[in-house]
Amino acid sequence: MKPRSYDVAIIGAGIVGAACAEACASEGLRVGIVEADIIGGGATAAGMGHLVVMDDSEAQFSLTRYSQVLWQRLAAELPSDAEYESCGTIWVAADAGEMDAVRRKREYLQTRGVPAEVLDAKSLREAEPNLREGLAGGLLVPGDAVIYAPCAARFLIERAQSHGAQVHLPCVVTEIAADGLRLNDGSLIVARWIVNAAGTWSPELTAGIEVKKRKGHLVITDRYPGFVKHQLVELGYLKSAHSMTAESVAFNVQPRRTGQLLIGSSRQFEVGSKGIDANIMSRMLARAEEFLPGMGKLSTIRSWTGFRAATPDKLPLIGPLPARENLFLATGHEGLGITTSLATARLVADQLLQRASEIPAEPYLPARIPERVHV
Amino acid sequence: MSKTVSVAVNGTRVTVTEGTTALAAILMSGRPFVRRSVKGEPRGALCGMGVCFECRVTINGKRHSRSCMILCGQEMDIRTDE
Amino acid sequence: MSNGDRSFDLIVVGAGPAGIAAACSAAESGIHAAIVDNSAGPGGQIWRGESRTQNNREAASWYRRLTTSGVDILNATEVFDRRETGKISAESANNLCQLSYKKLIICTGARERFLPFPGWTLPNVIGAGGLQALVKSGLAVSGKKIVIAGSGPLLLAVAAYLTEHGADVRVIGEQAPWSRLARFSFSVVFQGRKVLQSFQLRRQLSGISYRAGCWVVEAEGNGRIESVTLRSGAKIWKEPCDYLACGFHLVPNTELAALLGCELRAGFVRVNDFQESSIAGIYCAGEPAGIGGLELSLVEGHIAGYAAAGQREKAQKYFGERRRLRRFADALQRTFALRNELSTLPGSDTIVCRCEDVSFGRLREYSSWRAAKLQTRCGMGPCQGRICGPAVEFLFGWKTESVRPPIFPVAAEMLAGGTGAERN
Repeated sequence: MKPRSYDVAIIGAGIVGAACAEACASEGLRVGIVEADIIGGGATAAGMGHLVVMDDSEAQFSLTRYSQVLWQRLAAELPSDAEYESCGTIWVAADAGEMDAVRRKREYLQTRGVPAEVLDAKSLREAEPNLREGLAGGLLVPGDAVIYAPCAARFLIERAQSHGAQVHLPCVVTEIAADGLRLNDGSLIVARWIVNAAGTWSPELTAGIEVKKRKGHLVITDRYPGFVKHQLVELGYLKSAHSMTAESVAFNVQPRRTGQLLIGSSRQFEVGSKGIDANIMSRMLARAEEFLPGMGKLSTIRSWTGFRAATPDKLPLIGPLPARENLFLATGHEGLGITTSLATARLVADQLLQRASEIPAEPYLPARIPERVHV
Repeated sequence: MSKTVSVAVNGTRVTVTEGTTALAAILMSGRPFVRRSVKGEPRGALCGMGVCFECRVTINGKRHSRSCMILCGQEMDIRTDE
Repeated sequence: MSNGDRSFDLIVVGAGPAGIAAACSAAESGIHAAIVDNSAGPGGQIWRGESRTQNNREAASWYRRLTTSGVDILNATEVFDRRETGKISAESANNLCQLSYKKLIICTGARERFLPFPGWTLPNVIGAGGLQALVKSGLAVSGKKIVIAGSGPLLLAVAAYLTEHGADVRVIGEQAPWSRLARFSFSVVFQGRKVLQSFQLRRQLSGISYRAGCWVVEAEGNGRIESVTLRSGAKIWKEPCDYLACGFHLVPNTELAALLGCELRAGFVRVNDFQESSIAGIYCAGEPAGIGGLELSLVEGHIAGYAAAGQREKAQKYFGERRRLRRFADALQRTFALRNELSTLPGSDTIVCRCEDVSFGRLREYSSWRAAKLQTRCGMGPCQGRICGPAVEFLFGWKTESVRPPIFPVAAEMLAGGTGAERN
């Protein structure tokens, strides 16, 4: 029987929980991870695994950039099944207006030390011959990468275990108590601090936090090595990610190491069902075809859906709940959970150990959002 | 006498009777395997009915075609893995 | 509307015996019906190619009945999705067809169960039904040495067929023990027609060694199979061969039914007395409702076809025969149940998932299908677990899970519902 008293108990063995476990355990904290199903089984399994630096706000940039560098440093130690590929991202511009946005983006990134290169129409075609004619150009961010997240999560859990962390799986938490986690068999896992990294399930355990499910669709093809070489994203992606409307799609396509093409992306609120929505999947595929005309002929082998954990201000919740000094959140990452998992983990560890973080932690603190319900 | 059809398997002409599948034509051309697995192992057909996907080849330029499900057509171009 | 769109009162998916019987029954009752199949012609697996070669009298007679019934026969048309209620999406010759229906009968048949053992991925290790299908599709096996192994009455039928086509069948290895086979033969005495079949088979197979309690331990060869190591009791020996035809009975093709939301029970589509599934208007006949062989498929096809056409009294006339054939089918399942020794055959390096090259040793580290799938990609390839799923269910007891479109791989534009022009 595993001992059940820890410094920190982490709810959720997705990429964020796994990263938190590794960060805390490697600092010498006694860590217990409690997972209701399997490692990396939630949004971690469904998502694209894009490690991308975003510039929609300083806070978003700060977190994604910090985390991206952490991934780059970890890359050499990752197992081969984590499939870390430094393929880079090309933000694709359809017209002159979007090219202006590309140049502004480059300016933004360059001044912050992130290499980025403007591609004109010709260079874009050379970089990605399967993109349609007539695109204005794009922005290449070579430091971006892709990863197969479920295996990365497993690796992080194993690293945590090598530092003494223990995994309780499958194990369902029914309640976050004052002194630990109440399980569905009635027993208690005692912990000094608790980290709720349960993704879309986090509001079930911590009432009142504003995390909503945002459904996404993905389609994967058979193997076509070299069809695209970089992660390709349209500049309109951010409009889709930030929109509060019911549903939207945006061109976002990723080459996997296997040569398969992962095609996304879609966003829908207020949808409980996990089933494929034929209409939105069609819109998503049609959008992708507008940028990659030959894509329509590629053989697709499966589609699936997943739920992102979305917050009202697009930033994750990382830090202590104001009303509960020993309860921390590490959730609400929307489409950036994989990218920002490592930085999230560092912030959490810093806060537990009460030391300054490498980036300002304020923008992500749960305290920034007024609570609706006292916990 | 039943009708014959002429196809090309990896550039080599193979003549088969009408109703022969692309897979049978590949095997008749003398190639011992149809496909290489993701780790490079030689593979042949397994199920013969379109569910195992071991018989995938490129037919008339279309990749990942199940050769056991496709009847030879005149001048069909069939390409297997090396 | 794309040019492939068609509307029917009834669509039968699958043109094997069950589908043919269902379509004929419905059409002869005046229903505007279509039968859809991804093969070049009707017949399914057991009557493959018979519409062309006319070798089998029973098949030829059914084929005649089908072509004179008024049923629209859509060959080489593969159903891959259902985008809205009452409409299935199919692909035919790189064209998209949206087929509307008021009622649907699922007759998608079964596929062979493959169990991994060292060397099973060598070229020329093929399913038993698979090798027969290959020969029907043009492969010549005259003079070739063939070992047939695995389980089920299919092994005998395949042995007879291959022998007829000039093959040198060296041995038939049935994993079920003699004791169970003997009990089964006794019960066969009560099934009139089957006695005749088994006598015919015995004549055709005289001279071929049929060994019970026998299974393949390993297939050996360089780049293709050259020999098989077999085990029977204490005896272990090597049999040189050109082909190993190896299959372990059948697994139902329930993917379409699952996609449509039909309830499955113990892996089969749950149906009522009229072969209707848990979803009103969707019927299922033949192997997906329970493995039972040719005659049961025909009977269930009749029942489903008449029931879908509103002819319940005609359907009820077949209930007695179905009961009898079900009993026989159950006896068959019990007789050929898989023995535990088969789960000890794969070595650490033996491939289990052929699409993604995932070995037994890697899978053993996990305690659930979902965890194994996510971590190793087992089941994520084009076959979507059709081959490795039954294997891991036998080896680990894992139940494989949800079906998502496309049921069969299709071009992205098909999955999207047509080319841009068609959608606008």
